Amino acid sequence: MTENKKPLISIKNLSKHFGEGETRVDALRNINLDIFPEQVIGLLGPSGSGKSTLLNVIGCILEPTRGQIELDGELVYNDRWLRSDLRGLRLEKVGFIFQAHNLMPFLSSMDNVAVVLDLAGYSASAARTRAGELLEYLEVGNRVEAFPGSLSGGEAQRVAIARALANRPRIVLADEPTAALDSERAGIVMDLLRKVAIDQQAAVIVVTHDEKIYDRFDQIFHLRDGILSQT
Amino acid sequence: MNLAYRDVRHNFGRFMVTCFGLSLLLGVVLAMIGIYRGLIADALELVDTIDADIWVVEKGTRGPFAESSRIPRDTRNSVARIFGIKSVGAVTFQSIETESDGKKLRLYVIGYEPGQLGGPKYITEGRGLTGRNFEAVVDSRTGLDIGDHIQLGRNGFTIVGTTVNAVSSGGEPAIYLSLDDAQKLQFDLSPSATRRERARGAVVVNSTDTVSAVIARTSPNASNDNIVKTIERWKHFAAMTEEQQGIILTQSVVEKARKQIGMFTAILILVSAVIIALIIHTMTMDKIREIATLKLIGAPDRVIIGLIVQQALAMGLIGFAMGGLLIFNIQDFFPKRLVLQPMDGLSLAGVVVVICLLSSIYGVYTALKVDPAKALAG
Repeated sequence: MTENKKPLISIKNLSKHFGEGETRVDALRNINLDIFPEQVIGLLGPSGSGKSTLLNVIGCILEPTRGQIELDGELVYNDRWLRSDLRGLRLEKVGFIFQAHNLMPFLSSMDNVAVVLDLAGYSASAARTRAGELLEYLEVGNRVEAFPGSLSGGEAQRVAIARALANRPRIVLADEPTAALDSERAGIVMDLLRKVAIDQQAAVIVVTHDEKIYDRFDQIFHLRDGILSQT
Repeated sequence: MNLAYRDVRHNFGRFMVTCFGLSLLLGVVLAMIGIYRGLIADALELVDTIDADIWVVEKGTRGPFAESSRIPRDTRNSVARIFGIKSVGAVTFQSIETESDGKKLRLYVIGYEPGQLGGPKYITEGRGLTGRNFEAVVDSRTGLDIGDHIQLGRNGFTIVGTTVNAVSSGGEPAIYLSLDDAQKLQFDLSPSATRRERARGAVVVNSTDTVSAVIARTSPNASNDNIVKTIERWKHFAAMTEEQQGIILTQSVVEKARKQIGMFTAILILVSAVIIALIIHTMTMDKIREIATLKLIGAPDRVIIGLIVQQALAMGLIGFAMGGLLIFNIQDFFPKRLVLQPMDGLSLAGVVVVICLLSSIYGVYTALKVDPAKALAG
């Protein structure tokens, strides 16, 4: 499957260290990774192993020390950022799903999704139409006007997924998306991520400690002391 | 999508409580400006009401308001003969404390010759003085009505008319008496004082025919400065124009109070600025995670700056409007007059806008420093 397609995420010789001298910590050591469309990848590792650092680097939040990062066919880092507008890059290419869903408490479900489209330049009506479709797709169409405070954990996570997918990103980065959910709801979320990967030809990276979803990944990578290995 | 509006709408109660708190503070600032204006207006009000072009007072004094002045009443005859003088009057001024309905009442007694200059500008109710003794016209702020009696010194007076805009530079409402009555009030000794003076062999003078000032109106084509120079050449008199009298009142009589209130107003504005900055900073800190999330999903800085600045401006302007409305509605309950001028209101609104923008800087700085990775933290 992967041999005919170009990777959506391609990382070569990527390193990141914090501090210098005796205080130097190598968070990522010479990472090489290719992730293709339709793939749902699990990223495991103990606390402090570098998982969040890798996610932040792929999400263009944290600058690596050296290496190359190519996202959706665009070389964005080659020992330095090649784009100055990293937020624009994230808006265009990357969707984020958080452990604590991070919905705006003052926006309705509809507006939480529409805000991304508004930022991307959609008209208000087009943004609401697309947001409504996504919420329907994620089976929370009956909660469009509800505020996050009145949503259940599962509903809030679906709205957060809808927000991550609003601008049709081809790269989805999920940080512990099932940590706060029971087995059944965790399974539903993973099914949704799989559906997104297939329908949008997207690559999904899931950082998790949740053993109950290990069998849902196409590949599982382990990070330990900044070194990536495939299981 | 206006995030500031959505946030305010969602937290409307809390936002309005914050605005109300701010409105009290800005209301106090507005009240202080009103008191400041009121102080100046009160100081000038009597001079404006009397509306004399020339004030003649005792040589070497800046009377009759800044310093005591005493000149013979018949000075007005000499002044009346100067070329360019249209009309003259002789007036006395005196502060007095009396009682009305069992309450202390401070009054500013103005004695004038009925039919001459120096009387009340308008009679709002009743009639003016006709020359008969023991009648008075009072400013409506005294709380006295027509037909009321009031004891001043050894004599009782009947109120026959009311007027407005007649207060001393200290804000005491005026009572107009005939010049003869005012002089008796000023110079007559009490019976016990008379007996004491007689016992010590002093010559008791029951009245003197002196006044605080002689005032004059001039013809339209006359030069007030020349008239002042002419009077200044006389041996025992000083003269000044209405404008000079106004300057003495605002720059001498109420100068310290004016500076005090001005300084207090400046400090209040500074305190308001610090409080607004703290409120905005707290509002920003409350939204740190949302701001980090916005950055993470790609919101440009202008969206985040807009969220903070628009809320700050809304808070400041709503707080100002509420504060203004509050003070406007309770201004009559203040013991001293508040003069609320539209330009002062607009200027304060402008200052509030500037304060909100400046105060937002710290909030914006904090928001722009937020690491988007904070959104990913558990």
